[in-house]
Amino acid sequence: MVKSYIEKIGLPRVIIIVFLLLLILAAFLQGQNMSMLTTDVLVRFGMNGILTLAMVPAILCGTGLNFGIAVGIIAGLVSGIWSIDLGLTGLTGIMFAICVSVPFSVVFGYLYGKLLNAVKGSEMVVGTYVGYSVVSLMCIGWLVLPFKSPTLVWPIAKAGLRNTITLDGYYEKIFNNFLSFQIGSVTIPTGLLLVFALACFIMFIFSRTKTGIAMKAVGDNNMYAVAAGINVNKMRMLGTIISTVLSAVGIIVYAQAFGFYQLYQAPLNMAFMPVAAVLLGGASTNKVKISHVVIGTLLFQALITIALPVANQIAPEGGLAEVSRLIVSNGIILYALTQSGGKK
Amino acid sequence: MEKNLTNNIKSFIVSNIVPILFLVISIIGIKYSGVALPVILMDVISRMDRNLFLVLSLLIPVLAGMGLNFGIVLGAMAGQIGLFVVTVLEIPGFIGLLVAIIIAIPVSILLGWLTALLLNRTKGQEMIAGMILGFFAMGIYQFIFLFFLGGVVKIDAPQGIMLSTGVGVRNTIDLVNVKYAFDNIFKVNVFIFIIVLGIIGIIYSGLKLAKNKDNAKKYRTNIILMLILIIIGIAGQTLPAFKMYKTLLQIPVFTFVLILLLCVFIKFLFKTKLGQNMRAVGHSMEIAEVSGINVDRTRTVATILSMVFAAIGQIIFLQNLGNISMYNAHENVAMFAAAALLIGGASISKATVTQAFIGTFLFHLLFNVSPMAGKNLFGDAAVGEYFRVFIAYGVIALTLALHAWKKVVAARQKVKEAELKEDQDNKEGATA
Repeated sequence: MVKSYIEKIGLPRVIIIVFLLLLILAAFLQGQNMSMLTTDVLVRFGMNGILTLAMVPAILCGTGLNFGIAVGIIAGLVSGIWSIDLGLTGLTGIMFAICVSVPFSVVFGYLYGKLLNAVKGSEMVVGTYVGYSVVSLMCIGWLVLPFKSPTLVWPIAKAGLRNTITLDGYYEKIFNNFLSFQIGSVTIPTGLLLVFALACFIMFIFSRTKTGIAMKAVGDNNMYAVAAGINVNKMRMLGTIISTVLSAVGIIVYAQAFGFYQLYQAPLNMAFMPVAAVLLGGASTNKVKISHVVIGTLLFQALITIALPVANQIAPEGGLAEVSRLIVSNGIILYALTQSGGKK
Repeated sequence: MEKNLTNNIKSFIVSNIVPILFLVISIIGIKYSGVALPVILMDVISRMDRNLFLVLSLLIPVLAGMGLNFGIVLGAMAGQIGLFVVTVLEIPGFIGLLVAIIIAIPVSILLGWLTALLLNRTKGQEMIAGMILGFFAMGIYQFIFLFFLGGVVKIDAPQGIMLSTGVGVRNTIDLVNVKYAFDNIFKVNVFIFIIVLGIIGIIYSGLKLAKNKDNAKKYRTNIILMLILIIIGIAGQTLPAFKMYKTLLQIPVFTFVLILLLCVFIKFLFKTKLGQNMRAVGHSMEIAEVSGINVDRTRTVATILSMVFAAIGQIIFLQNLGNISMYNAHENVAMFAAAALLIGGASISKATVTQAFIGTFLFHLLFNVSPMAGKNLFGDAAVGEYFRVFIAYGVIALTLALHAWKKVVAARQKVKEAELKEDQDNKEGATA
């Protein structure tokens, strides 16, 4: 009975859930500020959600886990920086950033999709290194792009963008604070959660359309899709573009909650967390549901949010939380790879 | 005849386009860096001394069809564990490094075996699995060195190793005891090294020539090349114009002998039954399986060998550097080694010792000159620094993409041929 239940949920998820319960227990026993932790978990859940959602179209269309979301993240960052350079604040600013990021990321996603269609079977490793290349090429870009706003540029050199760009006074926490309210001392970031819910809903509707079902068929069973007369390459292209657009929008939503745009090397390893989160939620390299995104992001973010103060109390030198994040997130990805690869 | 020559040159350029391209970029970089050539070369020699062994450790898995072994990060960790033990026990000098290697070997064999278990379960996705495994292992490694040592197990370490709280190892450990312990054994200037290499080459080719007459032409050209090498060496040694090169370019003989031994071992390995099996597995796992080769076992051996050499390579690297940054030194080992190998013209399924040498030379030449060139060209050294990182990632991305693309095209070709054949069969069936 227990065994079949574990099999249904999946062994790694059972381990992580037990680990999470232990962490919550430890946090209680240590007397951590539980309402503050809950608030943090909700905020991080909302801010990372869309980035995780970006995995869905990629998995559906059969290109597997999108390790190259850095391509979209760069598109989002460029648009965000542009909005600040123009001095746009508040809702205008973030809406401008999101609207501009869409055409950018469609173009980037199209090129990335072309490449992924040429390298069928090796999308994950090629995607990782394409992401790395784009991020390191943009490092030069950030140094030479002709932005002028003093918020952006290093004050002394007068050229080259700063490493972190504050959104204070522009649109910091604009979604978080929209309609936010308190339950006890827990703050609910209503706007942020609504934005995430909206994105999930759109994705859900899309997956029920004719195109969405065709895309799912491609990811599920390539041969069947070909037999049914679906244009496989077109579906893969569409999936990659949607994934890239979502990651561009995702990084803007992330940044407004975080309070900063992080440039240069910061996006380098950003793909691994959403990948781990969606796998933790129950997805595999060729099957995914929206619920996997929601559950996975919640579990993963709860884990790393609660682990931080608990670990710091156990080992005051710090770093234990970061170490456990490395082990947990990469352990999940490795497990998923062994499940999908296997003997051919 | 003339047409033949131009064709030859054309095919030479086409088949070596990657290294030629990087040579051109490097020459432009040298010109704009404004640094004297001997000074640049001095640094490049010490970088080759540091890195070649690690680059060579990637060769065996490539030939066994497992792609670039990004898992050598684990081998590098094994090397660091060996050096850490030696530093704690305060074993100095040459013996210290030997002990470090002796400790690192069993550790890297164990890690290599575990890695192979994983890679055999993720066939076709070895590279991404190896990469993620590297990150995963970094987590475990950090846990051991930051919390386990001193936290759970008390160790009696000399000053400057553990953090002041007594729990966890410091970020940077000085390797005073073993610094340069391989490099400083015996150094000669580059010209003498070339002359000796040339003489050994002539003796080797001469013996081969005497033994088998089939490849006489190849060995004769080899002897002529070696003679030219010796003449260059003698010229450099005697002409006053090369005095600066002579004093600056010192070759650490012992380390280079180790590197050459590894080359000889790899060449030898692929003449044995085991090496032939690896090649067969690399060519096609299905065919190898059918012809009675134990595919998983062969891949396991290839992974273990690669791990062991990576561990030794990391020890050589760190004795030249003089300190270990405990939590970062292994981080980019695989990426830089892979980039160097690929710049030499290797691909994901084919690589030679020569490509490893040329690639390491060019990659580190580029690495050395790009910050200064970036500063002189764009007024900012950071541009050059980011450029070289981009080159490293970009060349890997490009080669991976090309390789995958070729595979897709080949598969499509196969399907087409099969369809054609089926059509023909059908037609024949109809006529019959």
